[in-house]
Amino acid sequence: MFDDFFIRALVAGIGVAFVTGPLGCFVIWRRLSYFGDTLAHSALLGVTLAFTMEFNIAISVFVISSIIALILIQLQKKTNLPGDALLGLLAHSSLAVGLVVIGFLTFIRFDIMGLLFGDILAVSVNDLLIIWIGGAFILLTLKFIWKPLFASTVNYELAEAEGLNPDRAKAIFTILMAAIIAISIKMVGLLLITGMLIIPAAMARNLSSSPQSMVIYSIIGGLLSVIIGLFTSLEFNTSSGPSIITAALLLFILSLFKIKQSIKLKN
Amino acid sequence: MSTDQNILVKLNDAGLQLNNKWLVKGVSLQVEKGKIVTLIGPNGSGKSTTAKIALGIYKKIDGSVEKYTNKVGYVPQKISIDWTLPLRVNDFMMLTESLNKDTIDEALSLTGVIHLKDKNLGDLSGGEFQRVLLARAISKKPDLLVLDEPVQGVDFTGEIALYELIKKISDELSCGILLISHDLHTVMSATDHVVCLNGHVCCSGSPMDVAKNNEYKALFGEQASQILSRYEHKHDHIHTDEGEIKKN
Repeated sequence: MFDDFFIRALVAGIGVAFVTGPLGCFVIWRRLSYFGDTLAHSALLGVTLAFTMEFNIAISVFVISSIIALILIQLQKKTNLPGDALLGLLAHSSLAVGLVVIGFLTFIRFDIMGLLFGDILAVSVNDLLIIWIGGAFILLTLKFIWKPLFASTVNYELAEAEGLNPDRAKAIFTILMAAIIAISIKMVGLLLITGMLIIPAAMARNLSSSPQSMVIYSIIGGLLSVIIGLFTSLEFNTSSGPSIITAALLLFILSLFKIKQSIKLKN
Repeated sequence: MSTDQNILVKLNDAGLQLNNKWLVKGVSLQVEKGKIVTLIGPNGSGKSTTAKIALGIYKKIDGSVEKYTNKVGYVPQKISIDWTLPLRVNDFMMLTESLNKDTIDEALSLTGVIHLKDKNLGDLSGGEFQRVLLARAISKKPDLLVLDEPVQGVDFTGEIALYELIKKISDELSCGILLISHDLHTVMSATDHVVCLNGHVCCSGSPMDVAKNNEYKALFGEQASQILSRYEHKHDHIHTDEGEIKKN
């Protein structure tokens, strides 16, 4: 029953889950859910540019997402608008610009649905290489900046005072976010990438009492979501990206029955 | 010069301006190995700001900071831990430096919170958390300790014990300590140098020098002046009913 394309889909999904696990934890800890969304929306612009210039999609998305992230950081410094307003502004305008550009590209047949919701079954061997090599690079970099990034997530001033250079770690982390979106866009699509980052990590938070265990649960959750989601999509002929996210949601719901920390006293 | 080699951090006419308002201005001080420098002053006088300038947290400052060590332990005045993080005391101890189990246990024992090691940080009381913060700062055996009101919320007996511990650490590790405190009684007996702030350096010197200073008296009142001097000069003077100090 395993056709070649299905194996490729599995391998791609597993590769992505390994990376979204730890990154997703930081997205939750640093309250960056909407930042991820914004980068993902801007990815559409990257995809259209890739088609226009016949360039590699992953690289083009990576470049555009990084630029949007840099613009965001600049806007945060220079305007008085709150962070969520700036995120909304960038997310929707880059999505709109991307769609407008697509309108001009009448000579190319676009699979908009595949772009928005992913088409993991169309993953090529080339894409696999990008996912696994890019993913390994992201994980290694994350391991390298783990200490300053985590310390500054807990308390910025402590990290700065004790010489960990949190600003550099934050900038590198922003680029890693753009990179994971770039390599996983083909799999879950730009509307569902943040789901892959947030939902397994949110599930992991319910089960864990230390940062390390949360990362491990988050990876396991992501892997299970990919495997369950893909087999379901094969069995019932549902779209693969949404099936993976739905599987992640079911795991999250299950985890609610086993919340580790009592949250009664906290707000 | 040999004294220069002992300097850990030095502020030269340092100040910080935010939104056209000076938080603190023209502060010069230095912390040397094995010495305790205490910053005192009323609320809003720039004590925490000065500490953060010394730590290099603020980038756009007036004047300059010379920092001669990177082994720094910091206990901030305010710290808010986000409960989205699953963090135990043990994880928190290793926040900025990886330490082995013995080092962590030793530091937690010194501040009397070893029994909380596996507890979630969010479940600690204010005083317990303060002890953990201090344990974390000393566990890495820093050259420079910056303690911003390190015993706030700690019970009375614990407060005295922790100040004794701070003094002991300063002697044993021969590290320099920049201390901020409101508790004149407890601190002054151990302090080598006092800097009294009120948006600028109002006066500085040994505890006795500061106690005699008129600006200090104007800022804190006569009683505080007595507290300081009492520790320095237990036997060479008496106090009149008016609060004046009379030499024997």
